[in-house]
Amino acid sequence: MPAERRNKKQQENRGDAAAPQRLAVRKTYKLYVNGAFPRSESGRSYPVTSAKGEHLANAALASRKDARDAVVAARKAFGGWAGRTAYNRGQVLYRAAEMLEGRRAQFVDEVVAADGVGRGRAEALVSAAIDRWVYYAGWTDKIAQVAGAANPVSGPYFNQSAPEPAGVVAVIAPPWAPLLGLVSVVAPVIATGNTAVVVAGERAPLPAVTLGEVLATSDLPGGVVNILTGRLAELAPPLAAHADVNALDLTGAGDLAAELEEAAADTLKRVLRPEPAPDWSADPGTIRMTPFLETKTVWHPIGV
Amino acid sequence: MADQIFEYAPAPESRAVVSIKPSYDLFIDGEFTPASGEERITTLNPADEEPLAEVAAAAEADVDRAVRAARRAFERVWAPMPGAERGKYLFRISRIIQERARELAVLESLDNGKPIKETRDVDLPLVAAHFFYHAGWADKLAHAGLGPDPRPLGVAAQVIPWNFPLLMLAWKIAPALATGNTVVLKPAETTPLTALVFAEICQEAGLPPGVVNIVTGAGETGRALVAHPGTDKVAFTGSTEVGRQIARAVAGTPKRLTLELGGKGANIVYDDAALDQAVEGIVSGIFFNQGHVCCAGSRLLVQESIADELLARLKARIERLRMGDPLDKNTDIGAINSAAQLARIRDLARIGEEEGAQGWSPTCEPPERGYWFAPTVFTGVSQAHRIAREEIFGPVLSVLTFRTPDEAVAKANNTPYGLSAGVWTEKGSRMLWTADRLRAGVVWSNTFNKFDPASPFGGYKESGYGREGGRHGLEGYLAG
Repeated sequence: MPAERRNKKQQENRGDAAAPQRLAVRKTYKLYVNGAFPRSESGRSYPVTSAKGEHLANAALASRKDARDAVVAARKAFGGWAGRTAYNRGQVLYRAAEMLEGRRAQFVDEVVAADGVGRGRAEALVSAAIDRWVYYAGWTDKIAQVAGAANPVSGPYFNQSAPEPAGVVAVIAPPWAPLLGLVSVVAPVIATGNTAVVVAGERAPLPAVTLGEVLATSDLPGGVVNILTGRLAELAPPLAAHADVNALDLTGAGDLAAELEEAAADTLKRVLRPEPAPDWSADPGTIRMTPFLETKTVWHPIGV
Repeated sequence: MADQIFEYAPAPESRAVVSIKPSYDLFIDGEFTPASGEERITTLNPADEEPLAEVAAAAEADVDRAVRAARRAFERVWAPMPGAERGKYLFRISRIIQERARELAVLESLDNGKPIKETRDVDLPLVAAHFFYHAGWADKLAHAGLGPDPRPLGVAAQVIPWNFPLLMLAWKIAPALATGNTVVLKPAETTPLTALVFAEICQEAGLPPGVVNIVTGAGETGRALVAHPGTDKVAFTGSTEVGRQIARAVAGTPKRLTLELGGKGANIVYDDAALDQAVEGIVSGIFFNQGHVCCAGSRLLVQESIADELLARLKARIERLRMGDPLDKNTDIGAINSAAQLARIRDLARIGEEEGAQGWSPTCEPPERGYWFAPTVFTGVSQAHRIAREEIFGPVLSVLTFRTPDEAVAKANNTPYGLSAGVWTEKGSRMLWTADRLRAGVVWSNTFNKFDPASPFGGYKESGYGREGGRHGLEGYLAG
């Protein structure tokens, strides 16, 4: 039965309940992979409820195959993204902050629904998330100056160390703070030139999907950020073991953290362990960027 | 050609500067103390297979004793001590190493098999420099850029390999001590002797008991040390396989970990390179320390148009390398460290032949006893060959060619490792372009195998994590 007729029938069945003057167009939440918005290849979805237990929407239930596709996309995007100038990456990130600002009303609604917080609190959280994004936009062309060095070696050599992105980073977003926490873990990873495969918080994934829509319209090349919604226990282990993932952010891994860290040992991934209770309102400094940076030291003789 | 080369008279360094005891105990809490078990390990001179000394094999109980001593020293003495005072101990150690440099150089050559030329001119000066450099950090940690009040982690468990026994000890102990940590270090079972003399140096320097503990032993001792719940930090240099095991063992614990693992370094020679300089760099890249170097340039990538000329010059140069007595000051290539390592090198070289690469070695007669492997160059190597993919850790060079800079970079990066790389070109813009694209922690341009305590060293990808040396090296021993 077509949806319109089914809806009409439901309305009729409800007797005298008045039909709305205009029926809202609901959103289909999808994955964000390689700059596009596919449904899960598995064809599955799962119901997402608000903090109060009301049905909000169906989110795509990503599969291991979706996770692998996301890694392929992230790897493909890595060279181009890492190869851009730091200034240009800053421009792109700032553009994303502009897009976030433009959608703030939508994010506030989604945070209210997902988190069960009041409007005032949700507005503060969305503002903090936008400001966090701007913070990292400003880091792109400074981190090398802060984390790099000219080394005074004992000999006639030019010797310089500079940080470089580690590569593809799998990010397990925190299940709490569905927007501020998410932004706080994704922005530092890409600001430094890495590409990311993000597993959104399982309970409240909808702001993450909307963030994907923001990123898709903000000059960020496809594949730099890939967002998966679904079951942590299904998506995280294949990412932790994946040989083409260079680093793992376990912030939202909870009880799975030790097991995932062990899986990551096989490929010697860089691992950021979860903190007991991260304070998302605190000044983050560089601690979420440096774990995903390598240091390259270049030597060259000096002479004539 | 060969008849035009002078035969050098032997110029052996005297062994008289070293007195090796027949037997050594463990160094725990400032004292040499017997191990709980009876098991002993005999360390050989790989150049003549003669036993040098026996050392203890530390059991779990001994490791536990050492960790407890380190914990006590950390809490009561070392961490509370002002940084300036800690620094002075390290300055003292650096000076004593300089004073005893010749003794240590000879002992290192005897135990490891590496040429005295290298221990004297490379290892020992760097060892002293590492302690001197880090000594100066001890009272300046707030300026290291790691936060205003960086704190030591506690007890560091450190496991080091046999290729640079004393240098790796310095790389591990100097930053750990400068940052206020105490250490339990396990040297490799085939090369424990200079670490035990270092223990004497700690006594001579008046270092408080328990700050440095040395437990000798093999893999079991290392496993017990790494797994000990009383340590806060694990630092390991060695094979990627053991590194993986350690990463697994540390997973889910609060311990911090740094790993310096294997490599399969590419040495890229462009057609405009100064060829004779490049040849020197290729030789140093793969034959320095008998190729027992994790950052060795074991894959030579040479631009096709100059491959024939470069190979001819390279072979002519290798013909002049002198293999033999490590204590002879004219020796370029010493002994392979152990029978087991020699077997592994032979095995991989044989596989190289079987897979279709062409091996070449100069005519040289190895001494009758000891572990020897002539410098070897494989040509006709493809990227799929095992000799191009696996770390051989011996004097074996694989030669591949490329046509374009993009191809050179793609081939150089075609490895799970990412420790080192070399670039040879006279064109600065091409050097920087290439260095930019190489996925390696150290890029030597128009030089190779250079090390300095002020310069961070460490790998990308499966070459491990963390850096040693420089400001970056402090990070692995501090909580922000």
